[in-house]
Amino acid sequence: MQLVLERRAERSTVVAVASPLIAIALTLVTVAVLFAIIGKNPLVALYVYFVEPLTDSFTLQEIAVKATPLVMIAVGLSLCYIANIWNIGAEGQFVAGAVCGSWLAVRTNGTDVGHWVLVVMLILGATGGALYGLIPALCRVYFGASEILTSLMLVYIANLGLDYMVRGPWRDPHGLNFPTTAEFDPAASIGTLLEGTGRLHAGSIIALVVVMLVTVLLGRTIMGFEIRLVGAAPKAARFSGFNADQLVLFTFAVSGALAGLAGIIEVAGPIGHLDPGVASGYGFTAIIVAFLGRLNPVGILFAGLFLALTFIGGEGAQISLKVPLDLTKVFQGILLFYVLACDSLIVYRIRLLRTVRKAAPAHA
Amino acid sequence: MLEMLSNILQLIFSESFILTVVTASTPLLLASSGELVVERSGVLNLGLEGMMIVGAACGFGGAYLSGSIAVGALCGIVAGAATSMIFGILTLGLAVNQVATGLALTIFGIGLSGLIGAKFVGEKIVPAAHLHLPVLTDIPGVGGILFGEDAFVYISVALIIGIWLFLYRTRAGLVLRAVGDNHTSAHALGYPVLRIRMLAVMFGGACAGLAGAYLPLAYTPFFIPGMTSGRGWIALALVVFASWRPVRLVIGAYLFGAVSILGLALQPLHLGIPQQVMNMLPYLATVVVLVLISRTRGTAGSAAPASLGVVFVPDR
Repeated sequence: MQLVLERRAERSTVVAVASPLIAIALTLVTVAVLFAIIGKNPLVALYVYFVEPLTDSFTLQEIAVKATPLVMIAVGLSLCYIANIWNIGAEGQFVAGAVCGSWLAVRTNGTDVGHWVLVVMLILGATGGALYGLIPALCRVYFGASEILTSLMLVYIANLGLDYMVRGPWRDPHGLNFPTTAEFDPAASIGTLLEGTGRLHAGSIIALVVVMLVTVLLGRTIMGFEIRLVGAAPKAARFSGFNADQLVLFTFAVSGALAGLAGIIEVAGPIGHLDPGVASGYGFTAIIVAFLGRLNPVGILFAGLFLALTFIGGEGAQISLKVPLDLTKVFQGILLFYVLACDSLIVYRIRLLRTVRKAAPAHA
Repeated sequence: MLEMLSNILQLIFSESFILTVVTASTPLLLASSGELVVERSGVLNLGLEGMMIVGAACGFGGAYLSGSIAVGALCGIVAGAATSMIFGILTLGLAVNQVATGLALTIFGIGLSGLIGAKFVGEKIVPAAHLHLPVLTDIPGVGGILFGEDAFVYISVALIIGIWLFLYRTRAGLVLRAVGDNHTSAHALGYPVLRIRMLAVMFGGACAGLAGAYLPLAYTPFFIPGMTSGRGWIALALVVFASWRPVRLVIGAYLFGAVSILGLALQPLHLGIPQQVMNMLPYLATVVVLVLISRTRGTAGSAAPASLGVVFVPDR
């Protein structure tokens, strides 16, 4: 007997809707088994990871804070991935946006210049991210260089550039020699939304607006149609005269801008200053979010919230269950594996193939 | 100015610099050798970085617990091959997109290595011993370079020679290249495309695991999370640079090894360039080289295996 893949006559809508849920369920089972193996009660662990963060206003707000950059970056990445364009350097574009936006905050630090500063910072952040994202896009369009490798190399370059800025020219003179800029002025910061101890900030609203705008872009515009067509049928797209190069530049610029915007929001919001650790892997986790959300903006919103839940749950588990923080990353990796495997079942079905035995004597 | 140039040249051609270049190049050569075979079979495994870092954590763990470098290296090899099997099952068994799965493998590997390596952070081991032959190693200038390396260096050279022989001088190598260039024809001729690719993927994983293990076993005698710092991605770029050919791969690996430690080596000369800029060199070089290589080659006449990255589901 043998298991083989067989192409379905048409895409299975049932599996398409169920696949992220099946993937999450499979991940939960795997996680439970892993916890049992390391000697923790799986039910308690699952509760700490996935339910406890939902029971408290502070952690609920933290989930929204974590989800904000993830959703913004992932929505941009989904545009690329739908069109089979592989921007995996969102982490670098996030940093580029954070650095460009912070330039103004650092320049105006201590002066009383008013709230336009924040608006310009956000614009600078998005522009910086877009320009940084355009580098791999241009390398691909004009030289044919693989955007996968160049966009990733630029992550390391961006992080080193950030490191230089906060250790060199922008270092806070009163910062006890720590590699960080001075805390941003209130005029250059995004305030919290709710009274009390939570950190929910206006950036989350921007993320929601982005989700809506990209939904419209994908579903209601020629550009969105082009992106979907190039992804689904590249040959047909070429024959109908769509410009593939333009699409590479457009998707990289948009996803770069969104990652850059997420970067400056993160810095001007929850962090409040620029330091070498601002990116902390959002750009890579957003790849998981994009696929878990099935490359659909609304799906990505939920996927981002779910991934944020695992982060906050993981922090809780680190304290109350004494499990390492890296466990969360392992879970996220496993989740992505399951998501991809389940997605395959939308197009294929698995069949058990009975190989006909050669007529061998039964008693042999 | 002239004096500075002569200082730099003196440094670059010193024996100690060349020795460090070899050490920096060996993990790149090991990892990219494996990936070359994988890509020649038509599979693009972007999870190199993930398999390397898991190999580094397991390799160090094995060596620390057993006290033996060889056991550590073996642990790295097994760990790399095991993680590559996840990739193989998904992309070959379930026909999942190879780019996405490779990324998943890297994310997973970085988490897993942190988990495995957490116990070993801060511990130290005795690094791999260097060869010492009575007369030969003491030849001034070249002795240390040719006869005074650690065992991994010789293994990496033997490996790439073996791969060259396999690809161009054996029937199995010919079949592997055929599978990579046209999986439909290879399948029609009766070759088990998916099985061959699975074996190639596992070989690539083993090489990546060994490459990762090299870092804590010979390069620096301790484990730090994320210590591969992009070497897996550079190794991927190297395969493109080498046009999927073993001989060019060796040249590329040593060139990149040299670039990657140039920043560190030039530090004592106080050139007035920020350290971060020097540390950017290997990544900048990768981008520049990719651009130049892709440009001269053009998009149409690519040397890549024709079926590279294309999903294959056999019809029966």
